[in-house]
Amino acid sequence: MTILETGSSERVTGKRLLRREDPELLTGEAKFVDDIVRQDALYMALLRSPMAHARIVAVDTAIAKHMPEVFAVMTGAELKSDWFAPMPCAWPVTGEMKNPPHYPVAADVVKYVGDIVAVVLASNKVAAIDALAAIDVKYEELPVIVDLEDALANKELVHPELGTNTSYVWKLEPDKSKVDQAFASAVHVVKSRYVQQRLLPSAMEPRGVLVVPQLYGSEYTIYSSTQIPHILKIMLSLTVGISEAKLRVIAPAVGGGFGSKLNVYSEEVLALTLARKFHRPVRWTEERSEGALATIHGRGQIQEIELAAEADGRLKAVRVNLIADMGGYLQLLTPGVPLLGGFLYHGLYDVPAYSFTCTGVFTNKTPTDAYRGAGRPEATFAIERSMDSLARKVGIDPAEIRRINFIPPEKFPYPSAPGLVFDSGNYLPNLEQGLEKVGYAQIRAQQQIKRSDGSKKHLGVGISCYVEMCGLAPSKVLGSLSYSAGGWESATIRILPTSKVQVVTGTAPHGQGHETSWSMIVADRLGISPDDIEVLHSDTAIAPYGLDTYGSRSLAVGGSAVYLATEKVLEKAKLIAAHHLEVAAEDLSYKDGSFAVKGSPDKVMLLSSVAFEAFTAHNLPEGLEPNLEATVTWDPPNFTFPFGTHIAVVEVDEETGETELLRYVSIDDVGNQINPMIVEGQIEGGIAQGVAQALFEEAIYDGSGNLLNTTFLEYLVPSASEFPSFELGNTVTPSPTNPLGAKGVGEAGCIASPPAVINAIVDALSVFGIEHIDMPASPEKVWSAIHLSGGNSR
Amino acid sequence: MQITTTVNGRSFTGEVEPRMLLVHFLRDVLGLTGTNVGCDTTSCGACTIHLNGESVKSCTVLAVQADGKELTTIEGMATEAGLHPIQKAFQENHGLQCGYCTPGMVMAAASFLKENSKPTEREVREALEGNLCRCTGYHNIVKSVLAAAVALEGVVQ
Repeated sequence: MTILETGSSERVTGKRLLRREDPELLTGEAKFVDDIVRQDALYMALLRSPMAHARIVAVDTAIAKHMPEVFAVMTGAELKSDWFAPMPCAWPVTGEMKNPPHYPVAADVVKYVGDIVAVVLASNKVAAIDALAAIDVKYEELPVIVDLEDALANKELVHPELGTNTSYVWKLEPDKSKVDQAFASAVHVVKSRYVQQRLLPSAMEPRGVLVVPQLYGSEYTIYSSTQIPHILKIMLSLTVGISEAKLRVIAPAVGGGFGSKLNVYSEEVLALTLARKFHRPVRWTEERSEGALATIHGRGQIQEIELAAEADGRLKAVRVNLIADMGGYLQLLTPGVPLLGGFLYHGLYDVPAYSFTCTGVFTNKTPTDAYRGAGRPEATFAIERSMDSLARKVGIDPAEIRRINFIPPEKFPYPSAPGLVFDSGNYLPNLEQGLEKVGYAQIRAQQQIKRSDGSKKHLGVGISCYVEMCGLAPSKVLGSLSYSAGGWESATIRILPTSKVQVVTGTAPHGQGHETSWSMIVADRLGISPDDIEVLHSDTAIAPYGLDTYGSRSLAVGGSAVYLATEKVLEKAKLIAAHHLEVAAEDLSYKDGSFAVKGSPDKVMLLSSVAFEAFTAHNLPEGLEPNLEATVTWDPPNFTFPFGTHIAVVEVDEETGETELLRYVSIDDVGNQINPMIVEGQIEGGIAQGVAQALFEEAIYDGSGNLLNTTFLEYLVPSASEFPSFELGNTVTPSPTNPLGAKGVGEAGCIASPPAVINAIVDALSVFGIEHIDMPASPEKVWSAIHLSGGNSR
Repeated sequence: MQITTTVNGRSFTGEVEPRMLLVHFLRDVLGLTGTNVGCDTTSCGACTIHLNGESVKSCTVLAVQADGKELTTIEGMATEAGLHPIQKAFQENHGLQCGYCTPGMVMAAASFLKENSKPTEREVREALEGNLCRCTGYHNIVKSVLAAAVALEGVVQ
């Protein structure tokens, strides 16, 4: 299967069509949740724990309750009878996984700074926030555990009733003896320890929710800044105990997500619960510094990776032991995130033996969950950093160690040792294109010159090759991983009586431009203008079925559903055209919006005429339903495996420790591209986010569990001045597993870039004998490493 | 306190609380929700507007400080003839994805291009330091602003 039977004489897909989403966003017309006006809404403000672990001894709300404009003040104890079920975790990764129940407002004990202890409803935001300051909470401090390895050692317990901080141990080890044997007989063994620091996802739009109950009816409309309106509806029903039929979830304009809005949050559950309790609209908008505590964090892992290799550097085995920081509680997908990387620690290399163990551990910190790449950036970092170490050990160039280990093209579809089947790939030409584009040989020569000149600015070049699994996902595979949902996507297409086309998708875009891309897929197949096609989404009353947008899944799964629905509606249209033209359906061909009789090109019927006939239904083939509408639910047979090569060139100043990113080249293979402009935008944004992890960002906790950098003043989301322009290229290896031949692109940049940058820094610092710098590679860390190194050996 | 201000060419006179921020005045009193709030420390620039022609972060100005001044928000940029050349350049160069930082970016760019009509790439990057974007990696924002500079040449600002 490859893209794409087209009914168009001039293909739209593959063109840089400008986005139809843009005018309303550029002019301020678009409505984000906080822009939706409801004068009668009560504003919800949340009192959050300043303690990382403490017993709530008393909460005095008497003063707050009597402040002007305050409608109600409630504690966790007072709300106990309002809960229907604990907050949901949809991924119980093992049968024995420990998941202590977790409610939106803590009643007895708080588990992290930011845990909610009381709620204020007031007629406006200012009054609600003022009232928070009047609530008096007495806490009894409990022992706090912040460090991940201390937590693993159970030095103190986050949930004493569990008797351990370990939530689960998950193992992927198809053949242990093979792994043991490979290490026993290896010429080279490389063992490394890497820290994946915690990150704040930092979508530019803070989260927000507005719940509007019907006063006399019994329905609730929930506007939420979410990536998952469909999943949220199901989970709110199960958690709050309101019939799913009475809930409508709308994700209006959503200002970025990156996984942080792929969740079911206390504030959403609470706003719905309180709207039901008081029969009033309830709204909440996150403050940025509040979000640093209340929105999930990304990463938070300690990785131990070992490579076993032959004398020439050929890999024999990869063994990984991972500790993953869950935080205080399990959110929607918390335990599963490391597993998404667990299959990929051998990267795009042909490795016969594999072992992966992950231990999920509770700490007194904000819960972690999916953040752009979710498990795969971590895996890519570990293998790509290790490959550079192996190259050094073997004494060959980092490019060469990759060349000799790539899965060769003739091995696709490639059954990997961890148990996946890589759909398609051709890695070597992709790497060579990257090396050529960056001018690898010239940079190496330049580096030698600079080194011999005694420059205090050190040039470094870092290569990162990546493969990821996306297009989440075949439902059966998700089932085998104990995930509580499928991975299909749904699409409906309607050809309206005026021949305009309506497409309804179950994906939930929040910056990815699905309206534009989906219209291109349909336009191509129908041979009509994209302008004649509207795309509807992100409202469960309009798009009842969907599994939303995350995991680089939307085009490969949702776009495929759209394509197949178009095929299906065209089949029906063909029956009607054949009936009117008095020929058999198989005698018709279709192009550019009209059916023609093969061999008699003057006998034609326009799609618009077919649509009108289908609408009036005056003269349809016997037994055929009126209207032109088709729905397809597509369940992909496999993941897709995009890949690529990213190369960073840096200059590190020995005297200040500062790293300047001079150049960044990326060659990505995401299969067939529908809109290259959008594809490149996704990659560029991902690169910047990954570079930010490598150089700038880290959520820093002190020993008492306080998050020290809760604002953009201290948490360094980089600005335009920190980057060069990126130099992009691509190769195209279509995926054979979906009708578009598409692979997915949302996370690629973020997966590839951290090891490219750190490899470049370590390359620059190799003259000091430095073999690793932890992320973020701040000037202070780099400077300290240089000064502890004992000097330049060149 | 009573203030009189002109917003996007229309005059407003009314009472505001002394502690009300300009961004809340625009959003909550005038209903101009195109100006977004992305942080609470004057760091992100999503709320950038023009005060007497110069860009300011409207989260760091009190509504009362706008008394007697002229304001332009993102809603005042496009005309009946269509998008402002800067807005057009952002669309043509894919300078936005989720669009949340975009109004602030456009307003910051407009103010910058008045000061420097032929900027280099480096100058654009440094001029936009106060405006954060999480989607684009800035690559296409910078391209958009450079393209807008070319498009605006000869246009009287």
